[in-house]
Amino acid sequence: MAVTSIGARVARKEDHRFITGKGQYVDDINRPGQAHAVFVRSPHAAATIKRIDISAARKMPGVVGVLTGEDLAADKIGGLICGWMIHSKDGSPMKAGAHPALAQGKVRYVGDHVAVVIAETLLQAKDAAEAVVVDYAVEKPVVDVASALAKGAPAVHAEAPDNRVFSWHLGDKAATDAAFARAKHVTSLDIVNNRLIPNAMEPRAAVGDYDSGNDAFTLYTTSQNPHVARLVLSAFIGVAPEHKLRVIAPDVGGGFGSKIFIYAEETVCVWAAKKVGRPVKWTSDRTEAFLSDAHGRDHVTKAELAMDENGRILALRASTKANLGAYLSTFASSVPTYLYAPLLSGQYDIPAIYAEVDGVYTHTAPVDAYRGAGRPEATFVVERLVEVAARQLGQDPAKFRARNYIRNFPHQTPVIMAYDAGDYHASLKKALELADYKGFARRKRESARRGKLRGIGFSSYIEACGIAPSAAVGSLGAGVGLWESAEVRVNPIGTVEVLTGSHSHGQGHETTFAQLVSDRLGIPIENVSIVHGDTDKVQMGMGTYGSRSGAVGMSAIAKALDKVIAKGRKVAAHVLEAAEGDIEFKDGKFTVAGTDRSAGFGDIALQAYIAHKFNGQELEPGLKEGAFYDPTNFTFPAGVHICELEVDPQTGDVRIEKWTAVDDFGVIINPLIVEGQVHGGIAQGVGQALHEGAVYDPVTGQLVTASYMDYRMPRAEDLPSFVVDTTVTPCPSNPLGIKGCGEAGAIAAPAAVVNALTDAVGHEDVPMPATPQALWRACQKAPRLMAAE
Amino acid sequence: MYAFEFHRPTSLRQAANLLAKAEDGRVLAGGQSLLPMMKLRLASPGTVIDLGGVPGMTGIERKGRSLVIGAMTRHAEVENSPVVKEAIPALAHLVSVLGDPAVRNRGTIGGSLANNDPSADYPAACLALGATIVTNRRRIAADEFFQGVFTTALEEGEIIVKVSFPVPSRAGYEKFRHPASRFALAGVFVAKRGGEVRVAVTGAGDSGVFRWEAAETALQGRFVPKSLDGLKPSTDGMNSDIHADAAYRAHLVAVMARRAVEKALRR
Ligand SMILES: Cc1cc2nc3c(=O)[nH]c(=O)nc-3n(C[C@H](O)[C@H](O)[C@H](O)COP(=O)(O)OP(=O)(O)OC[C@H]3O[C@@H](n4cnc5c(N)ncnc54)[C@H](O)[C@@H]3O)c2cc1C
Repeated sequence: MAVTSIGARVARKEDHRFITGKGQYVDDINRPGQAHAVFVRSPHAAATIKRIDISAARKMPGVVGVLTGEDLAADKIGGLICGWMIHSKDGSPMKAGAHPALAQGKVRYVGDHVAVVIAETLLQAKDAAEAVVVDYAVEKPVVDVASALAKGAPAVHAEAPDNRVFSWHLGDKAATDAAFARAKHVTSLDIVNNRLIPNAMEPRAAVGDYDSGNDAFTLYTTSQNPHVARLVLSAFIGVAPEHKLRVIAPDVGGGFGSKIFIYAEETVCVWAAKKVGRPVKWTSDRTEAFLSDAHGRDHVTKAELAMDENGRILALRASTKANLGAYLSTFASSVPTYLYAPLLSGQYDIPAIYAEVDGVYTHTAPVDAYRGAGRPEATFVVERLVEVAARQLGQDPAKFRARNYIRNFPHQTPVIMAYDAGDYHASLKKALELADYKGFARRKRESARRGKLRGIGFSSYIEACGIAPSAAVGSLGAGVGLWESAEVRVNPIGTVEVLTGSHSHGQGHETTFAQLVSDRLGIPIENVSIVHGDTDKVQMGMGTYGSRSGAVGMSAIAKALDKVIAKGRKVAAHVLEAAEGDIEFKDGKFTVAGTDRSAGFGDIALQAYIAHKFNGQELEPGLKEGAFYDPTNFTFPAGVHICELEVDPQTGDVRIEKWTAVDDFGVIINPLIVEGQVHGGIAQGVGQALHEGAVYDPVTGQLVTASYMDYRMPRAEDLPSFVVDTTVTPCPSNPLGIKGCGEAGAIAAPAAVVNALTDAVGHEDVPMPATPQALWRACQKAPRLMAAE
Repeated sequence: MYAFEFHRPTSLRQAANLLAKAEDGRVLAGGQSLLPMMKLRLASPGTVIDLGGVPGMTGIERKGRSLVIGAMTRHAEVENSPVVKEAIPALAHLVSVLGDPAVRNRGTIGGSLANNDPSADYPAACLALGATIVTNRRRIAADEFFQGVFTTALEEGEIIVKVSFPVPSRAGYEKFRHPASRFALAGVFVAKRGGEVRVAVTGAGDSGVFRWEAAETALQGRFVPKSLDGLKPSTDGMNSDIHADAAYRAHLVAVMARRAVEKALRR
């Protein structure tokens, strides 16, 4: 069996399990004596609870418990938390209202949790949930930022009387204003970044189990970060101390951010297991997922770009209102602030940037990180501004971008980030060739002959992955460190288990992580297994989000592997009777330099365990090493996506004709998996641009798009075969040179699509999602007068 | 789903008797409309009577100048039937753009017509082709059958047995799909038989499928897309929701009608 090296296109090891139906998802887990939970949810967006009558429900067949917020309070179970403190411009801390796991006196969005009914069967629990009588005094809701910030708007939480959670800013306002004052040309845009509902294929689920013999809890849950879940459930919510709480996140079917957070349902299941003395299972149905999974995006922004007479960018200014929903979800406050504004420099050398962001409470589901989290919003602002500026100046949008690209690295932007490496011209050049940009005018004429409007749009995105270092994010308000851990356990026969704090829920870690081990230790990939997602196995970890598992998680593994090799060298020195300094490790063999004396990795592992060849007092037996890795910087994947499409002006229908993506992800471990990540990301980005949009009724606060009958997901037939390529500038900030690829597509795509649509219809007034109706309307509007060349 | 009683009769008479006896009974065909409603607890029949075991309710047959399709015939069978493709290709096309393969392999023509979803495809074909819906009790002309949103001429205990379509000389169906549900946002079926032209519109109207008479008159003159120039149905009576307001729907009806005529002529 051969060694699998870094860069090889290895098929995913985990797919055999998934494709043959052998995956173990939370809903596949059933504990002896298990009962089923159903949540009674608020049908109103805003109401005061006058009374909850559970007496009839309690008497229903099969019911083992009906619990409300009062029971939570009596057990001193704390509320859900937001783990990132944001301070407003005036220095005051953000104004957060309480977030109880079961409502206490008020409900604040449709789907808010009011009570839980636990019964022998799911059907019995459903029947009993219908028998819970809640007397509501219905109030007037606010569902969008404009109405929430209007004078006299009802306050979602008394703690934030004007619904402003924070009024935050970043950058040098004076310098930016001065640059605008002397600008020759200013481009300004009003931008709405539409609200999205994540829709992971597997809905959230939880099984809470309590072992009264050991007074210990186990929670099986759909989590992207089981250790963070345990920490929050234990230290903040107070379900049980960490050593009495095991959290297991087994196979998880997609997260996209929505499974980072610590939600009410999971909390209630683990707490209720002790309360009712039975394991308690809850699996979200699709309607519940629409209502209660944390949503994404939902920004309203005024953005401006200042340029000199040559079309060089002088400054950027953005003012954003971010809808945070009815409660602050786990990382909600960081997304529209530190994950957004620091990306507003894009790939461009912009001397001055100033951004202000108001975080706003509304009577809608909480909004938090969703694939890209803040960076798609920033990229959309920058790439729309740049495209429109080029058009207004009568310049070619590719040339305009190239003229303003950053050329020298490292580059310090005016908004925190220090870009470490990149070559933006290289990816643009490659993308223009692959997209046959030169032939576009001809293709546009050909489309026009068929009565179709053809457009081309660019997105020259940058993003920041592997958020770090811990001390830096701590100084910005993060409640946690953002390192990762790994433990490499070598078995006596030389096979290897790697325990990682990263969590795989679609990323293919069981393959890529094993590939790294195979490459470094020179052993077959089949001899490596990756263990993750169980707090009893992996001691501590920070989980998977923000495309951090390659750059941070694998770097931790690399560090632990270095320690294993160092220890192996010590053992080999004894076995081969040579000085440690003379032992070389290469291709899975320890060799005495300059001789043919060598021992395989497996032999040395065995020697480490039998410990016959060395003094156990001087050298510890065994071969197992751990590492914590804290990166020195973010990583900065960047690239160019080009979308070419055709609009049918008679109906507003769109066909994407060609998609070209050239990304710089640094060193690539497995191109097959990277391409898959790019494909999925583009699909989701196209979904945001053309199809997806959560709509709340402004009067009733009902979620109008609460099912697939109204919420339009992207489909395979909407997408062409993508042209995906890469350029490589290794990342200097981690030992593997990896940048991260999980979110790039979703970050890049929306701007590319909207730039192409506005190019096709000839004016900038195209909203997201650009539904057929919206595009048909846009086609009715007269095209802009083209600026003179 | 709530608990219910389940029967699987083996004759039409038995099915009708069970239906008459049951309090709050519903027949089950492909289950593609009824079962989702039951799962969401929006429908809660006390008794479900499965027509799957009743003989003689499936099949496609050319009978002289008519095409006859059994009520329990699955969408996929109609889509792939050489008889349908020969007699009324527009009907085979209509079914090919209805739902997805899973739905087409379960759903039936009888279920679709009995359900009369205001955005369903089959009602447009029935109305434009002047079909006759045959039940266990009588024959109902399409013009009488569709009576509004989810409402038909079917009486309590009445079961559709088959549908008979007069074969047209030309027919075409063009559908603009609802972005999310893929039902018709605006679907137009045009049919010409002898001197008569009928144009039926689904998805757009706020009281379900309807005939667009102005277009029929225009096409009666000359059956070409140009005859529809400048013609658009009134926005009064058009449906309006987050996906399409009345003006957009009216516009789409006009575009789909032209394209349907183009298609009908292409054969
Ligand atoms: C995902 C999805 C997408 C869909 N997309 C489309 C689409 O694009 N276009 C479209 O037109 N439809 C669509 N449908 C609906 C589909 O065509 C259904 O199959 C059809 O509407 C109902 O037929 P059924 O055989 O499944 O009936 P059932 O669901 O079994 O029954 C529906 C109703 O009809 C009654 N009924 C059934 N058979 C008879 C009978 N012989 N006599 C009297 N009453 C009867 C039942 O009692 C019930 O009330 C879709 C459905 C789904 C689930």
